[in-house]
Amino acid sequence: MLDIQTQLFDSQDIRLGPIDHEKDAEIESKWTHDSEFMRLMDTNPARPLSAAMIRKQYEKLEKKVEEDKNLFHFMIRLQADERLIGKAAIQWIEWSNGNGFLRLGIGSAEDRRKGYGTQALQMLLRFAFAELNLFRVSAIVPEYNEGAIALLHRFGFVQEVCRRSALERDGRRWDLYVFGLLRDEWQNGARAEEER
Amino acid sequence: MKDLFRGELVRLTLVEPETGAKASLLWQRDSEFHRLLDNNPARSNSEKKIKEWFEKEAESGFKPERFAFSVRTLADDRYIGFLSVWVDLIHSEAWVGLGIGVREDWSKGYGTDMMRLCQQYVFSELCLERLSLGLFEYNSRALRSYEKCGFRPEGRTRNDTLREGKRYDSLWMGILREEWLQMQDGGVK
Repeated sequence: MLDIQTQLFDSQDIRLGPIDHEKDAEIESKWTHDSEFMRLMDTNPARPLSAAMIRKQYEKLEKKVEEDKNLFHFMIRLQADERLIGKAAIQWIEWSNGNGFLRLGIGSAEDRRKGYGTQALQMLLRFAFAELNLFRVSAIVPEYNEGAIALLHRFGFVQEVCRRSALERDGRRWDLYVFGLLRDEWQNGARAEEER
Repeated sequence: MKDLFRGELVRLTLVEPETGAKASLLWQRDSEFHRLLDNNPARSNSEKKIKEWFEKEAESGFKPERFAFSVRTLADDRYIGFLSVWVDLIHSEAWVGLGIGVREDWSKGYGTDMMRLCQQYVFSELCLERLSLGLFEYNSRALRSYEKCGFRPEGRTRNDTLREGKRYDSLWMGILREEWLQMQDGGVK
């Protein structure tokens, strides 16, 4: 059972935590040189960023968190050695409607397919529904991000919207999907998981 | 060449901070107007504040790039509403938002006329591939108008709007350049 004592930010292999302004920028800068990662994470044009540019982004991000009050951001680290492996966030929160959008990425290829993304999403959803008390969580995913689509389906997300031909990459148009998960659906899914 | 800014009932024109602020001050009294337009909480903004927003907009330019118009009737040159287009040049897409401020002007065909001008602007002047919009399921007037303009339903985000203790869906719609072009060829006005 999940209860007050169950840790929000720790799972078997990973931990959600704050930015380390000294160490993280070097690692994240490396991720930005991987165009595939950048294209999976974002619809903005991919471009390599220096550690100094990333550091500036961190400053901006923390300012935004403080001022806008509708964004919660986490770094994903390994329990074993604290190494930074990814990023996660609940963003664009509309408090009056109880909505938020999730964002999740594991930075380098060798850290993928190890169950880290699954553990991160599990914690992120619990954070959204049981700590922020949101009513629904949405995710926007391009048609070509098959890994994310499979993960969202596994967590019970419903594909609600198909924005036809909304993106252009590699000389062709792609659909952009919106997925949604309601609090009830999350609770039922979490219960089924426990009973297994 | 077609007149980009002139429809059958209305014309698109520039945004004047003075006139815009005065009108918005009155429009915001009608909470239904706000609720049809947006799902954030309705609020009361001062004329000074609204005017500053208009002025800032005129100076700075927006990101993503935004093309903002005010809308006047052809018959008596009355300022009745606004239309804004947000453009993503990278993926060749635009989003449109529009509103008609005074309820006496609703259901008169102005909105549909505005939208047709918007489509013409987006596809034949900005030359984009796609035009998108969102609306709330309780706004059936808007839905009919958008369907008339050739927008296709692309899905709904379930229960994302909470009003008066009841949950509503948001509807998502889009029209592609080729679909719009076909409508022009088909003689559909």
